[in-house]
Amino acid sequence: MSERRIFEHPILDFDRGNEFYFDFEGKKVKAYEGETIASALYADGLRKFTESKKLERPRGFFCAIGKCSSCLMSVDGRPNVRTCVTPAKQGMEVKRHGPKAKFPEIDIGRGKDRVEKEIEIAIIGGGPAGLMAGIVAARNGADVHLFDEGDSLGGQLVKQTHQFFGSHKEDAGTRGIDIGDDMVEEAREVGVEIHTESKVLGYYPEKKVAIEANGRLEIYDSEGIVYAGGAVEDYLSFENNDLPGVYGAGGVQTLMNEEGIVPGEKVLMVGSGNVGVIVSYQLLQADVEVVEIIEALPEIGAYQVHASKVRRAGVPISTSHTIKKAIGEEQVEGAVIQKIDENWNPIEGTEREVECDVICLAVGLSPDVGFLRQADCEMDYVPELGGFVPLRTEEMMTTNRGIYVAGDAAGIEEATVAALEGKIAGAAVYEEIKGETEDTKKSKKEAQQGLKQMRKGPYGEAPRQGVKTCTVDEEVCG
Amino acid sequence: MMSEDYKSTGIIRKEDIEIPDDERLRKGPVVIIECVENIPCDPCVATCPKDAISMKEITDVPNIDFEDCIGCALCVTECPGLAIFVVDCSYSEEKCKITVPYEYLPVPEEGDEVQALNRKGEMVQKAEVTKVRKSGKTYGITIEVDKDNVWHVRGLEVIE
Repeated sequence: MSERRIFEHPILDFDRGNEFYFDFEGKKVKAYEGETIASALYADGLRKFTESKKLERPRGFFCAIGKCSSCLMSVDGRPNVRTCVTPAKQGMEVKRHGPKAKFPEIDIGRGKDRVEKEIEIAIIGGGPAGLMAGIVAARNGADVHLFDEGDSLGGQLVKQTHQFFGSHKEDAGTRGIDIGDDMVEEAREVGVEIHTESKVLGYYPEKKVAIEANGRLEIYDSEGIVYAGGAVEDYLSFENNDLPGVYGAGGVQTLMNEEGIVPGEKVLMVGSGNVGVIVSYQLLQADVEVVEIIEALPEIGAYQVHASKVRRAGVPISTSHTIKKAIGEEQVEGAVIQKIDENWNPIEGTEREVECDVICLAVGLSPDVGFLRQADCEMDYVPELGGFVPLRTEEMMTTNRGIYVAGDAAGIEEATVAALEGKIAGAAVYEEIKGETEDTKKSKKEAQQGLKQMRKGPYGEAPRQGVKTCTVDEEVCG
Repeated sequence: MMSEDYKSTGIIRKEDIEIPDDERLRKGPVVIIECVENIPCDPCVATCPKDAISMKEITDVPNIDFEDCIGCALCVTECPGLAIFVVDCSYSEEKCKITVPYEYLPVPEEGDEVQALNRKGEMVQKAEVTKVRKSGKTYGITIEVDKDNVWHVRGLEVIE
């Protein structure tokens, strides 16, 4: 098997830690400090991570950010561990247990040493929205705790190797990876207390956040919450779409840009929006062949400049095309694609086989709003923002007073917008608890202006309309 | 919209963009910006030392003053869309230089012969690298091509 780890990259430096081994079903698997269990297994060639409940079909790596359940395994006797967000450790024992894990016989410490703590502000999610909210609230003097389930912060920024668009003032021209690092550093400097590997289990009234961390239950009784939990990837239905090798674009980015592991050799990209085209470019930079980008619509969704960039590298983009099926038994060995007419009906006789070992889905994202539903925040279905989103005031407060939302959880846009919304939410939650300051007023004003700028132009039309429909007056909030 | 326009192909045609006239081309190197949509992006404006690129709104298409442009190519490596090129058709009847942004490995060196690619990634001709400049992680690579190809060449591939 060829080396899956990337050692030379035009943009990224992979500073791998020490090399060590862990046990996977009796086999020694190599890993580097900082790698997740799933990444190390993937680099070792493993494709089947678990299997489906009824038909026992193979299930592989998919989202890579702890949102799906394709990578659950037993680690040191503990079942249902999300191996994609759990760091590999020397000597650990990892086993697949399929979809029906047994209750562990070993003592896993659940329920012991339960911690309850009163805090001022809880921020959920350590991407650009959560970090920015934390920075603003903490620099004004609030006691701010930020929770993220990953072992590092930055959200999806840490995978963005390209230079950002947007305003020069708002970090455009800087690469996402660098913006993420800067924000994390600033958050630490201004005193945000950061809790990584801290999984939010749920919301409890009034403003209590239940967290699983350090192998125990921790309950944070807060006065205000900013929820910045991001988004989940959308799926597409086609024959064999559950085969290992069918991955979400975010999963591919995580594996490739964070973990430094290539997903395969030949990729079929489904979806020509900015995500699909940018990930295609990143694949090319990692020396992976992108055989084709297909798009169901008659036009390319991405910015022309992104599309031109991958075309210059020789990648064809086929519009009015869909994927009919994935080929393969245990993993993807190819795909059948097909032309569709203006009514989205497949045109018979236009089927074409594409040779690939990865099918990457970049067909959209949906806001991850489970926590907010649990907190009884009122929702609205806003297609322009990617699905169900919470109603919110201009200051990003949901209908449950004191709970704020920012970033993709408030509607699918991009990182600059997420940071700006976070800035507003961070200032507003501070004001709600402790009152206005010069800085909170200024932060809100600047960020509102920034948002207006970002949502200008034809590409801003959808979010502009979407945000309009779900913005409410403060009187609506409880 | 026409079916063969950039929205369906991803490929810019000469008529989609603003290009300097022959007189300006003869004077010296000058910028070609292949960015035609109203997207929220403005680093090119801030980068230009001569204020030759301007925008009223961040979503405007860059407005270029070809007379003020000195063809310094700083914007080539700053554009997040990698959509800026510099051409120099001033020094020879047969040859032109073109500077393209480059973010792949391996990075060519001055004097290397590379494949010059068009907007579809097809090989157009072999070309010599005359200059390699790095800004951040992006390279601006200048290659010399036949004059007839200067409107076609927009990329390069290292010959291994």
